[in-house]
Amino acid sequence: MTQHPAQPHVRIYVPRDSAARSVGADEVAATIQQAADSADVAIELVRTGSRGMLWLEPLVEVATEHGRIGYGPVTPDDVPALLAAGLLEGDEHPLRLGPVDELPWLARQNRVTFARVGVIDPLDADDYLRHGGLTGLRTALKLTPADVVAEVTDSGLRGRGGAGFPAGIKWKTVLDCPGELKFICCNADEGDSGTFADRMLMEGDPFLLIEGMTIAAHAVGAREGYLYIRSEYPDAVATMRAAIDIARERGWLGTSVLGTPLDFDLHVRVGAGAYICGEETSMLESLEGKRGMVRAKPPIPAIEGLFGKPTVVNNVLTLGTVPVVLAQGAKAYQELGVERSRGTQVFQLGGNIARGGIVETAFGITLRELIEEYGGGTRSGRPVRTAQVGGPLGAYLPPSSFDLPMDYEAFAAAGAMVGHGGIVVFDDTVDMAAQARFAMEFCAAESCGKCTPCRVGSVRGVEVIDKIVAGEQRDENLALLDDLCELMTEGSLCAMGGLTPLPVRSALAHFADDFLGEVAADTRTKGTA
Amino acid sequence: MKIRTSDPTVEQVVRKIAAAHREQRGALLPILHAVQAELGHVPKEAVPVLADELNLSRADVHGVVSFYHDFRDEPAGHRTVRICRAEACQAQGAGYLVEYVRQMGLTMGRTAEDGSVTVEQVFCLGNCALGPAVEVDGRLHGRVDTERLGALLHGTDQTRRDGVGATPDESEAPRS
Ligand SMILES: Cc1cc2nc3c(=O)[nH]c(=O)nc-3n(C[C@H](O)[C@H](O)[C@H](O)COP(=O)(O)O)c2cc1C
Ligand code: SF4
Ligand code: FES
Repeated sequence: MTQHPAQPHVRIYVPRDSAARSVGADEVAATIQQAADSADVAIELVRTGSRGMLWLEPLVEVATEHGRIGYGPVTPDDVPALLAAGLLEGDEHPLRLGPVDELPWLARQNRVTFARVGVIDPLDADDYLRHGGLTGLRTALKLTPADVVAEVTDSGLRGRGGAGFPAGIKWKTVLDCPGELKFICCNADEGDSGTFADRMLMEGDPFLLIEGMTIAAHAVGAREGYLYIRSEYPDAVATMRAAIDIARERGWLGTSVLGTPLDFDLHVRVGAGAYICGEETSMLESLEGKRGMVRAKPPIPAIEGLFGKPTVVNNVLTLGTVPVVLAQGAKAYQELGVERSRGTQVFQLGGNIARGGIVETAFGITLRELIEEYGGGTRSGRPVRTAQVGGPLGAYLPPSSFDLPMDYEAFAAAGAMVGHGGIVVFDDTVDMAAQARFAMEFCAAESCGKCTPCRVGSVRGVEVIDKIVAGEQRDENLALLDDLCELMTEGSLCAMGGLTPLPVRSALAHFADDFLGEVAADTRTKGTA
Repeated sequence: MKIRTSDPTVEQVVRKIAAAHREQRGALLPILHAVQAELGHVPKEAVPVLADELNLSRADVHGVVSFYHDFRDEPAGHRTVRICRAEACQAQGAGYLVEYVRQMGLTMGRTAEDGSVTVEQVFCLGNCALGPAVEVDGRLHGRVDTERLGALLHGTDQTRRDGVGATPDESEAPRS
């Protein structure tokens, strides 16, 4: 190993994001530390969030005078050779990627909400400040609540949790409600398959979310906030709890935030494995300690929310974007995007994809650019057959639709949805009848049970699809499935039952052959064995 | 700590946990999580105690416990292995993992007869770009193949030295 005693403290970055850890980041970090210790080289090992280039994880970066040089994906076995080749100086090695900020995949993006994720140590409050943290909150605290709301409205920021409702309008409703007790609730239930941006933001930049929720509290007059995180995300829970403790110590939360009259405190609540608790009223019931049964609207949560009090319910990405809007101004944010989809969206590429991860870019980018240019097609190397966009309630789109621009209205017009920005890619071995069946099965398993079209319709849906595939009275059963989808769409109280027909109908519309039951069993068995 | 359901201290444990959380708004879920963390499950005897502590009916408490997938009324095995079966993992071959579990003589949602392992399905662990994803006792594993799953089920997975892009040979783990 090259030794440079004159050069103390080389800074090395290894992610602590749970996806990076899932493929060995902890072991890589430990191996690097051990090797450095035994060679008596002083290194400073910083555990960051993930840059979101997940196919390169574990991605190791080293600080050099030419910027942060990346190596990846690194296994512990690679570490000795990497150190011998001059990792600490950013030298050549087959795994060397060059300056990370200049990698085209990252450089082409527009990292706004995710600007700090993968860059800083998520729990280093000073690092947060050095990278522009609290600028948005400080700006907001100098403004009146109404002006903060106006700024958020003018930015065009819409809810990132799926429905795309303008954040400013929701906030104004809560601001206009009388009363002392109001709540800010952050929806961190992120149950959709193919979505992981909320998790990565919480694990990679938790102070940002705290800052966003505090700005919301000032804007609407709330003194208490709840962060509802799903139990499937233990690392996010731990990181958020640690960050909240640090924020309290620093006076960023608690009584008189940053020395101003604002009192605001924040609590983490952990879900218990129920997809429907991502639906906002169900989440409120769960926060109240009840079964996660969906409430009928009206009243909307903005007026009668948690414990019947006016409540802001926003997604992690929505609240995580607010500090940027305040720091850089509504206009700067508003200038990104297309039509009524303003700003950036954090797209998540998952499933069978060569280069999966986080792509934050302005709305208006096409699916094709995301899947082919960023994603590099399938990981299996086989042709892309379909992509499901917007989670388990989103449509399956064929490649002929991949030129659709990512835009809430354009997607809705095409019978699809952007949702939370998750894109799940499948290759040509997928059995679309099995995927349609799974959509119904998932709805049956996760329905809150309040209304019949969803609770019973989904069970019937599974049976009918089975009959169609088995060739039993195919035409009658296809008509029955269509009826059932219509009934679920029209008759369900919430989007769980109301949108489940979307994946089912899109599968039928674009991949009808798969429902004929004649697909070669050996090629199309992969998904749902 | 694992306590038999008939253990007389269940009531004491539950009352203590309830007392520690009582000042929270909507305390039932945090209490149930704490009970399960302490006892490994939510024993049936906990239900009337919680109803009493929180001034709810037994039916209310039971309704909540049974609504959420996380709460179990019997202890799990020595290890809990949760396999993601949601779409992104399906696209990456999660079905093969489920098939493998069957071949091993295990049943999804059940604990092995020798109590060594409980295998469950889960819908999305937020690792959708590195699937198939499997979680073992709260720890996430990515790009799990059947060999790795075998090691995870047997508790013989030493490290993740194989990492991404390993060939099946390299990731072959010793069998117990
Ligand atoms: C079945 C169902 C599941 C949902 N899951 C989530 C979720 O996991 N996270 C989320 O933020 N919103 C979810 N939503 C949307 C919420 O109901 C709500 O619209 C959102 O949290 C509002 O925040 P936003 O305006 O910032 O998007 C879900 C909706 C439905 C119908
Ligand atoms: S549509 Fe389904 S999940 Fe939604 S309220 Fe009705 S039963 Fe509950
Ligand atoms: S779909 Fe399996 S981790 Fe998300």
